[in-house]
Amino acid sequence: MAPGDGRRRGRRRSKVRLSRLYSFACGRRPTAVDDESSSRIGGPGFSRVVHAHADASSAAGDPGDPARPAYCSNSVSTTKYNAITFLPKSLFEQFRRVANIYFLISAGLAYTGLAPFRSATAVAPLLVVLSATMIKEFIEDWRRKQQDNEVNNRKTKVFQHGAFQCTKWMNLQVGDVVKVEKDEFFPADLILLSSSYEDSICYVETMNLDGETNLKLKQSLEVSSNLQEDESFNSFRAVIKCEDPNPHLYSFVGNIETQGQQYPLSPQQILLRDSKLRNTEYVYGVVIFTGHDTKVMQNAMKVPSKRSKIERRMDKIIYLLLSSLVLMSVIGSIFFGIATKDDVQDGRLKRWYLRPDDSTIYFEPNKAAIAAILHFLTAMMLYGYLIPISLYISIEIVKLLQARFINQDIHMYHEETDTPAHARTSNLNEELGQVDTILTDKTGTLTCNSMEFIKCSIAGTAYGRGITEVERAMAKKKGSPLIADMDINTEWFQPEGKTAIKGFNFTDERVMNGNWVNQHHSGVIEMFFRLLAVCHTCIPDEVNKVSGKISYEAESPDEAAFVVAAQELGFTFYQRTQTGVYLHELDPLSGKQVDRSYKILHVLEFNSARKRMSVIVKNEDGKIFLFSKGADSVMFERLSSCENEYIEVTQQHINEYADAGLRTLVLAYRELDEDDYVNFDRKFTAAKNSVSADRDEVIEEVADLLERELILLGATAVEDKLQKGVPECIDKLAQAGIKIWVLTGDKMETAINIGYACSLLRQGMKQITITLDQAEIIALEKVGEKAALTKASKEKVIEQINEGKEKVKNASAGEAFALIIDGKSLTYALEDDVKDMFLKLAVGCGSVICCRSSPKQKALVTRLVKGGTGKVTLAIGDGANDVGMIQEADIGVGISGAEGMQAVMASDVSIAQFRFLERLLLVHGHWCYSRISSMICYVFYKNITFGVTLFLYEAYTSFSGQALYNDWAMSLFNVFFTSLPVIAMGVFDQDVSARFCLKYPMLYQEGPQNLLFRWTRLLGWMAYGVASAVIIFFLTSAALHHQAFRRGGEVVDLAVLGGTAYTCVVWAVNAQMMVTANYFTLVQHACIWGGVALWYLFLLAYGAITPITSTNYFMLFTDGLAAAPSYWAVTLLVPAAALLPYFTFASAKTWFFPDYHNKIQWLQHRGSDADDPEFGQVLRQFSVRSTGVGVSARRDARDLRLHSASTNAS
Amino acid sequence: MSTQAAGSSSGGSGDGGATRRNSRKPKYSKFTQQELPACKPILTPKWVISVFVLVGIIFVPIGLVSLRASKKVVEIVDRYDDACVPDNMTDKLAYIQNSTIPKTCTRTLKVPKDMKSPIFVYYQLDNFYQNHRRYVKSRSDKQLRDASKANDTSTCDPESTINGVAIVPCGLIAWSTFNDTYVLVHNSKNLTVDKKDISWKSDREHKFGSDVFPKNFQKGALIGGKALDPNKPLSEQEDLIVWMRTAALPTFRKLYGRIHVDLKENDTITVTLENNYNTYSFGGKKKLVLSTSTWLGGKNDFLGLAYLSVGGLCFFLAFAFTLLYLIKPRKLGDNNYLSWNRSPAGR
Repeated sequence: MAPGDGRRRGRRRSKVRLSRLYSFACGRRPTAVDDESSSRIGGPGFSRVVHAHADASSAAGDPGDPARPAYCSNSVSTTKYNAITFLPKSLFEQFRRVANIYFLISAGLAYTGLAPFRSATAVAPLLVVLSATMIKEFIEDWRRKQQDNEVNNRKTKVFQHGAFQCTKWMNLQVGDVVKVEKDEFFPADLILLSSSYEDSICYVETMNLDGETNLKLKQSLEVSSNLQEDESFNSFRAVIKCEDPNPHLYSFVGNIETQGQQYPLSPQQILLRDSKLRNTEYVYGVVIFTGHDTKVMQNAMKVPSKRSKIERRMDKIIYLLLSSLVLMSVIGSIFFGIATKDDVQDGRLKRWYLRPDDSTIYFEPNKAAIAAILHFLTAMMLYGYLIPISLYISIEIVKLLQARFINQDIHMYHEETDTPAHARTSNLNEELGQVDTILTDKTGTLTCNSMEFIKCSIAGTAYGRGITEVERAMAKKKGSPLIADMDINTEWFQPEGKTAIKGFNFTDERVMNGNWVNQHHSGVIEMFFRLLAVCHTCIPDEVNKVSGKISYEAESPDEAAFVVAAQELGFTFYQRTQTGVYLHELDPLSGKQVDRSYKILHVLEFNSARKRMSVIVKNEDGKIFLFSKGADSVMFERLSSCENEYIEVTQQHINEYADAGLRTLVLAYRELDEDDYVNFDRKFTAAKNSVSADRDEVIEEVADLLERELILLGATAVEDKLQKGVPECIDKLAQAGIKIWVLTGDKMETAINIGYACSLLRQGMKQITITLDQAEIIALEKVGEKAALTKASKEKVIEQINEGKEKVKNASAGEAFALIIDGKSLTYALEDDVKDMFLKLAVGCGSVICCRSSPKQKALVTRLVKGGTGKVTLAIGDGANDVGMIQEADIGVGISGAEGMQAVMASDVSIAQFRFLERLLLVHGHWCYSRISSMICYVFYKNITFGVTLFLYEAYTSFSGQALYNDWAMSLFNVFFTSLPVIAMGVFDQDVSARFCLKYPMLYQEGPQNLLFRWTRLLGWMAYGVASAVIIFFLTSAALHHQAFRRGGEVVDLAVLGGTAYTCVVWAVNAQMMVTANYFTLVQHACIWGGVALWYLFLLAYGAITPITSTNYFMLFTDGLAAAPSYWAVTLLVPAAALLPYFTFASAKTWFFPDYHNKIQWLQHRGSDADDPEFGQVLRQFSVRSTGVGVSARRDARDLRLHSASTNAS
Repeated sequence: MSTQAAGSSSGGSGDGGATRRNSRKPKYSKFTQQELPACKPILTPKWVISVFVLVGIIFVPIGLVSLRASKKVVEIVDRYDDACVPDNMTDKLAYIQNSTIPKTCTRTLKVPKDMKSPIFVYYQLDNFYQNHRRYVKSRSDKQLRDASKANDTSTCDPESTINGVAIVPCGLIAWSTFNDTYVLVHNSKNLTVDKKDISWKSDREHKFGSDVFPKNFQKGALIGGKALDPNKPLSEQEDLIVWMRTAALPTFRKLYGRIHVDLKENDTITVTLENNYNTYSFGGKKKLVLSTSTWLGGKNDFLGLAYLSVGGLCFFLAFAFTLLYLIKPRKLGDNNYLSWNRSPAGR
């Protein structure tokens, strides 16, 4: 659109006093009467004083000026550290880990005589690990910093030196007057002064704040609304006094003093940072909160840092290792003490070559006890190799890379919205593989949250041939092959093609293309369509140049769907003015398009209590109509008793639509006499202008009186479409043994419909419904006695829970239950004394649906499941109302799609569509879990193997603390020779390929049941580490005993034995990786053999430098080991012998007691000879699991019914 | 194979999307999709049994060859620490510490088999903790290497200085150098014991300086072991160099010298030795060892036996697994044991 067009349109719009549309919400002008809150201004908590545009020149900054208090700058920083705090703060984070503290202490002690090795070798690995972690932190923080910079450097227009000039966001100051233009973000929290509209309203999109896409209307005070031109701000002066910064988005207390008069301010005048100006050319505003004072920043919650179960268990293992370290050290110290004491007996020196007569305190025979205690510290340092120093950093690197794989997965990329999956925190990757319960939101998560006009019933005739998702699912359930076939042919491809008209999925040649004129009730149909085109609060937006269609800005997607439908059916709503709506109508008589205008007299707004909306219009003939649409429950009782012959059939249609999972509205109208209207207008205007406390009730009463004696036109049915692939995904997840709870704000009927649609409910499933929608409770409600009501309600809920439990207990095998509970009952079910009962019942049911639940209840339910079962919970949602549950759950998944970013910001992983959950959990989750657990087991094994060889050698040195290996070699073991294979395994290993992960969802259960990280497996690995160490040490030392080991007669010394044993350890642990890992790409090979090669390179390089540094490893390999066949013979023998037990065990296990993934590996392996019938049987048995919910369960249940029917017949 | 198929299909869609600009669509590659060609080893019976057999086939011959090599080594071991103390001396410690008593002792060795030269002469000490941390640390590599670093004795305590003057070579190891000597007589002819090149070449050339001479050595109140010729540089003091390569275990041998004469079976060798070194205080044994060597080194049955047993074990396991496989073929279909299958009601 050319800029000129925009201006013209803006001018045109500025004539519209749109505020009149919002008769209820905005009609109430702020009055001069102060309520009690504004009296607090100036007091504690309400101390802010803003001098709006006090003086442009002093705005440049004189913070010392008392008239203009220094408030924080508008630049925001979300970084964790700054240049000064980075070092101390990140170090502090590091040393919150026990293991790191241990290593720090050992590094410190290494500078005393206690050290069994040179101090540098103790510090080096710690430095490597710490700096690697800090570099990672630095990079992450740097990225945040750059994001902040991007935001801080955004441009906005600020009034300076008599004109509006571009400036950076960060230079804004409290009191500045800014001009924000269409589709720009507000740079700070502003007080709206005026807008391009005459009545100073503007539209705001608050998607970034609360995730709601509908536009919010803001309006300035009348006193400032005349500031229409840039120049008018030269003389503008105001003082705003208001509350201090706080995180409450929906409240604001303050007042503005201008032209010597005070006016109260309300949230209606607040424009919040990070929300966007929409449909308004420009606004002027005064900055009141900047930077971190803004409500959105105050609201920025500290994302609770979540730790995975595996990591928590890992800490326990570290403690276990630490205690075995202490045990080993104590044993060593005792023996050392005895040996040391023994060195001097009756004044005679035993081991004279140690000069015990002239000893330091560390070896003093006369103070053997002290020497032993000091030796304890030495031993703690020496055996410290048991504790894998590099484990944390390895895990962090691995998880980061795993997260990258999740982000990069093309199968989780959503083409339409151009959104890939995004793992926002990487430390929960493996938790994705252990999910036991999924708690899901409905709207926007299971469904698209885009409404489509799909059916209608006009004058008792049902129109619309579209098949809804639910109907399809139900048809499938009933086994109708026809629809099932249609499903394949049309459904998957249809949605792509018809996206041309968003919100419209209606086909019926009887009414389309103007054919309705020939229908029997064409008059009613005309009225019906006209009502759709008139009775709404939408605003026409842009004209699509290609199709000539108009798009609309609407408060809710249903509204837009109606206007679009009217347009498609020949009643195009094209203009709205302050006083009327303008339509292109199809005239049934002439068959031509005619333009008609309707004068809007009043809008009676929709709200949840009224459940209906009406407009009062006057047509060109001067006739006054009341058009009304609303929920069937309120509309039917308002219909006039005569003239409505098709009430019953319409009701029937509505029921059918509801069954099909559609949202229905009843449309009706009434013609008003002039007198009636005048009478109403007088009363209504009076009510609106009243300032009494019961104003709203009076208004409602007046409206209520008018909305009666309506004439039924028909009903509409709008589909809240299920997202693509949702039923299939739910089925897969159910097959994987994951339980799915739906937590929705919708009403029970809708929730149940959706439950059917996505196969969470099915025929033959016993429904246990807990509701307070019962006669006696309603009766009590009417009486209004609160205490009695609460008591009765609670009793009722408990009674229903107990009934349900009884049913579940007495269930026959194969019977599945569904629990459906509404929000009111949930309040009582979540009370402390009831919740365990409730949880028990819920756990016994196949599926659970909580409807009408508030965001808080969602979070509470999540907490209940998480705490009560101790299992991993995953919450998935898309809106701001899901944030609580997303943060409460072990893993929060946000749907990044139509709705705002709030859920995504709070989530740990974001995906574009619910169906990607299948791949996220079954593939990535399972992989990450299996990788991380194998990796941790392996790391413990490897370090125990290494550490225990050191301990065993001590027994031959009278526990003096002499290490078997050279100190530099030791310190490089973890970070150099064995770290890469570990990382490669953690990143690349695959027990089962992605395709098979999805094909055999049962595999997923390895995670929730924690089969791969159970204590027995861990302890087994540790025991195996000890065994390996024993084998390696004793075989090596026995094979290289005191005899010559080379032809030249050279004997084995400490360096040779140590070097050989070290070689054996490096080979053994790297070769162990070959046996442990399931999947070898070139990367793994490079890492594993690279690790071994590095050891030899180290021997060469380290042996080549000066003997002062390399000490006894000087030229060890070139001069000593390489030429000795016995060295190579031992290198071959020992690792083979060390691996033998594991290899035997693993073979026997995969043969006779295979894990599930082993079996699938077999299947994958045998894939080629799949035509074997027995094999096919096996395959089927493997992939299908009897579940309580899901499409397959539905199919199974049907098979069972058919089967029993046929047996009964015969 | 299956993964490849999946990869190529999504590869197609990936190419299509890559043309779109500014798309956040991840680029498709086999790497990012984790579909790299890979081998997935599975412990199939065929595989397991062949690995066992293969290891057996490799290890048993190595074992046999090693054992044969070890058997070819002829070794004479003679323990002399007790025997060399005169019968009238009950307090062995007093005997060894009394420098006035002559320590000469004569031993007769019988050659059990033909011994080909070179024959290595070792001394063996038992229960001597050369690997004690205090002992190992007590040396100064800098001093040994560099004449100018003679005063670098900080690590040598308690044998670093005498009256403030640095000892070269300092430290407990050098101080306690072994000092028994052997003179071997064969057929009443003196056997020359070649003491050249008994140490590691790298040690002689790089660790012990040719311009560093012993100084102030063995001058303390307590004499440890061998005294060194102050006129010979350390790089030529090969007994010291050998001794200073600390042993790994408390029982160790060190090379004393070589004999370049073949010995016949049943020859006798008379050894006249100076029994100077004190092992009596800590109950250590002293042995004289004459040994030939092969490609594998000295007498070492263990390595061969270990190879044989591991190889044999592998053969046995291969056999056992084959038998098990034949008797009890693995049943794939049986997945009832899976715990989550036991409660179908979804818990």
